[in-house]
Amino acid sequence: MGLLSDPVRRRALARLVLRLNAPLWALPVAWLQRAMRSVGLEVYTQSFSRKLPFPDETHERYMVSGTNVYGILRAPRAASTESLVLTVPCGSDSTNSQAVGLLLALAAHFRGQIYWAKDIIFLVTEHDLLGTEAWLEAYHDVNVTGMQSSPLQGRAGAIQAAVALELSSDVVTSLDVTVEGLNGQLPNLDLLNLFQTFCQKGGLLCTLQGKLQLQDWTTLDGPLQGLQTLLLMVLRQASGRPHGPHGLFLRYRVEALTLRGINSFRQYKYDLVAVGKALEGMFRKLNHLLERLHQSFFFYLLPALSRFVSIGLYMPAAGFLLLVLGLKALELWMQLHEAGVGPEEAGDAPGPSPPLTSTQGVGLASLVAPLLISQAMGLALYILPVLGQHVATQHFPVAEAEAVVLTLLAIYAAGLALPHNTHRVMSTQAPDRGWMALKLVALIYLALQLGCIALTNFSLGFLLAATMVPAAALTKPSGPRPLYAALLVLTSPAATLLGSLFLWQELQEAPLSLAEGWQLFLVALAQGVLEHHTYGALLFPLLSLGLYPCWLLFWNVLFWK
Amino acid sequence: MAAAVPLGLLVLLLLGPVDWGHAEPPRDSLREELVITPLPSGDVAATFQFRTRWDSELQREGVSHYRLFPKALGQLISKYSLRELHLSFTQGFWRTRYWGPPFLQAPSGAELWVWFQDTVTDVDKSWKELSNVLSGIFCASLNFIDSTNTVTPTASFKPLGLANDTDHYFLRYAVLPREVVCTENLTPWKKLLPCSSKAGLSVLLKADRLFHTSYHSQAVHIRPVCRNARCTSISWELRQTLSVVFDAFITGQGKKDWSLFRMFSRTLTEPCPLASESRVYVDITSCNQDNETLEVNPPPTTTYQDIILGTQKTYAVYDLLDTALINNSRNFNLQLKWKRPPENGYIHYEPAQDRRQPHLLEMLIQLPANSVTKVSIQFERALLKWTEYTPDPNHGFYVSPSVLSALVPSVVAAKPVDWEGSPLFNTLFPVSDGSSYFLRLYTEPLLVNLPTPDFSMPYNVICLTCTVVAVCYGSFYNLLTRTFHIEEPRTGGLAKRLANLIRRARGVPPL
Repeated sequence: MGLLSDPVRRRALARLVLRLNAPLWALPVAWLQRAMRSVGLEVYTQSFSRKLPFPDETHERYMVSGTNVYGILRAPRAASTESLVLTVPCGSDSTNSQAVGLLLALAAHFRGQIYWAKDIIFLVTEHDLLGTEAWLEAYHDVNVTGMQSSPLQGRAGAIQAAVALELSSDVVTSLDVTVEGLNGQLPNLDLLNLFQTFCQKGGLLCTLQGKLQLQDWTTLDGPLQGLQTLLLMVLRQASGRPHGPHGLFLRYRVEALTLRGINSFRQYKYDLVAVGKALEGMFRKLNHLLERLHQSFFFYLLPALSRFVSIGLYMPAAGFLLLVLGLKALELWMQLHEAGVGPEEAGDAPGPSPPLTSTQGVGLASLVAPLLISQAMGLALYILPVLGQHVATQHFPVAEAEAVVLTLLAIYAAGLALPHNTHRVMSTQAPDRGWMALKLVALIYLALQLGCIALTNFSLGFLLAATMVPAAALTKPSGPRPLYAALLVLTSPAATLLGSLFLWQELQEAPLSLAEGWQLFLVALAQGVLEHHTYGALLFPLLSLGLYPCWLLFWNVLFWK
Repeated sequence: MAAAVPLGLLVLLLLGPVDWGHAEPPRDSLREELVITPLPSGDVAATFQFRTRWDSELQREGVSHYRLFPKALGQLISKYSLRELHLSFTQGFWRTRYWGPPFLQAPSGAELWVWFQDTVTDVDKSWKELSNVLSGIFCASLNFIDSTNTVTPTASFKPLGLANDTDHYFLRYAVLPREVVCTENLTPWKKLLPCSSKAGLSVLLKADRLFHTSYHSQAVHIRPVCRNARCTSISWELRQTLSVVFDAFITGQGKKDWSLFRMFSRTLTEPCPLASESRVYVDITSCNQDNETLEVNPPPTTTYQDIILGTQKTYAVYDLLDTALINNSRNFNLQLKWKRPPENGYIHYEPAQDRRQPHLLEMLIQLPANSVTKVSIQFERALLKWTEYTPDPNHGFYVSPSVLSALVPSVVAAKPVDWEGSPLFNTLFPVSDGSSYFLRLYTEPLLVNLPTPDFSMPYNVICLTCTVVAVCYGSFYNLLTRTFHIEEPRTGGLAKRLANLIRRARGVPPL
């Protein structure tokens, strides 16, 4: 029964702490500079600051300012045209200090070698990804997220590859590799192969998505675990989050991956020398490259470290799913056409030149209202939550992050009330033709969107196609309407997100209760909005401006009168 | 008095023949001037000064005829036996940090300080009455000056004019910080001027512009001064000053260019006919901020240089009594323009021609000290022709380093040396003279990634095209090289040929 047992008080205190943003922990910049300089690097610092659109409750930060420290090992007899990056994010506590130590040790070792052909940048970032983002933007002299940062004084040419290192504890029993980057971008498969080669060589235990690699593919267990790993990767890639500092490098076409040292309380432990040896091997191999990694695949799915599914194999699946939409649209077009030319001509004129009669023109004009309204709804979903957070916090006893999430949900749910408003706007001359035309437009719109998404981020495209396509194809105002309505709601983007969270936790072998799942859902919403504003992740605008309005059109078709 | 009359007669005698027909020479004179000072912050300060000087001794003479000197103030001096009077009304605060030192500092609100003659018996009573009268003259709340806000400073506030003794008993000083200065204070102040606001510089005193500024200070200073070099008798001097600072941001819409019309919404049309001197000064001292110089239009005929407040200043002088100045254009609108000097810059740019010559950009830049200069060039990534890719296209394409050639001023002046006798390394550096040395720097080359197609695909394409070409070529070759000759039509119609085909298929000899 302490002070913080009351949730309102606890929230108020949390808000106070967020506002004050007291520097409870800061990067020991001077020490790092000294340490790097003593090793023989060219040391520079970069200070940055960023005010988040609303307080980040999971990381407990709002107004962030920090300093990145980086040292450059200048390659002898090279003109600083190419470089490699070893980056270590330093969090708000000293969890990653082991990695900083390893970085300094590697720097000291690398400095004594004479074979370097590319400069090596040893980067220690503060506030994990925010620092990485600030550094990358300053390095490439762009400003895409509104980060305020001081310009970099030292540069080292085009970055060829980057490795991020996170060691959560001083005992490492296995190394986990993460490839999924911002907006589902992946590094070249060769970088992963390189890592795997050195893991095998050094006898390191490597995991992918936290799953051990089973060598036995003859029994059922191997493929089953492969499938689990594959599903985990699909879910991760679909989320579009940068799953580690490497994710931000990929935007600048720098091949990068994150290595995480995991302590899973196994018998056999590795000391940091083994990890360092693997890293040294990777850097030496990358150093010898004449061109940047380009030979292997950029689009792949990984069921295991040593196996991959190439784009040629998985893309037809998405293609066939989208074909359903195309065929359905064609069918509707034929039906519309027949209804347009009248019953006496319907039999003999299915030609490719549809006569545009005046009734068709009226039908198209009646589509403008639902299209505009659903798009406006999407726009409101995109803009209002962040814009209206202060209004919400003044009138309701909620924190800013909660306000954003609740506004999101409220606007999302409000969209369901739309058909009752729009059907009155439209003319009721040809009700049947009306919904057909609307559904035709919605189908083409959905197919186009899903096609584009699948090309850039296959996992997201496939996940959305698999859930939305059946409901979209089935929906019509006649028939078992409650069933269709339930199906539509279950396959709406938000429901897909909720389902994915449950599936994710299930695959991680940490199943969720319903309440926990809901909490995780709210957190995921807030994180999604935040990541859009801080790193430029595209999932939130994609869902709110593209797929949600499209989904509303189908909802509209269902309740057409 | 005895000395004053012959002197007056002497003046009369000297000036009589060239006088304007008056019986008495003008014993009073008016000099007016306006100083326009561009301030370091980009704002502009305008300071008016009207000086009326009267060669008479107000206290001792029963003066009844006033010409240029305002009667209201003259009577005040004789009635309250004033020696000096300083009154200022100020709205705003002079920002010394951004505007530099002012000509005349004044506190915000109303300030009044007075030296009385030593003949005054009850100074406090006179002070009280004086402040009330001044309150009426200037429409200000000076009547609120009483013993609670009056002090008698002993060290500061020495008499500014002629004074025999400085007994602080006769000094009174008061400040009313709350006093709000407005048009009602300006109007009586303007009425004290001989030309009022009808002609001369006072035309510019338009209330709505003067109070639309960031600083406004008007003041009246009365003091006795020496009439001549030997100081045998005294004259009375009335200085009316008005300082305003125009806000560059509000008034100029962000531009730093000024003109009289833009500042005062008036131009000068004629000098005050009563004034013996009427001038406009513009501070054209080159302040080396932002490498800009001030250009005034019309160009000044004369300039005036002096050391003001410890710094050397140059002023452009415009004499309104000079008929050429106003007659030329009927009105006189002084314009101030900030001009960046042509940065003795040299930019040479040769655009690239695809596959024939590269871009060449040469710039001559003068860099300020301790600064960072960033030169960035936008470019677009384009696809090359497929034969133009190097064998390692994914390595990137090199952009050659930039060259920086500089003539750096030397810290230590090198003495001219005998080239033959000096060490060999001296001759490596081409030195023009001792004061500077030549330096050439190169930047690192830049590696740019161009969009590179997947070269495994062209391979497939080549294979496929070759197949297609081979097939087409083969058949065309056949068609073109083979000779065709017409076969004689066989006897029998279509039916017979069909029958023959069937028979051939069956293996039966044809018909």
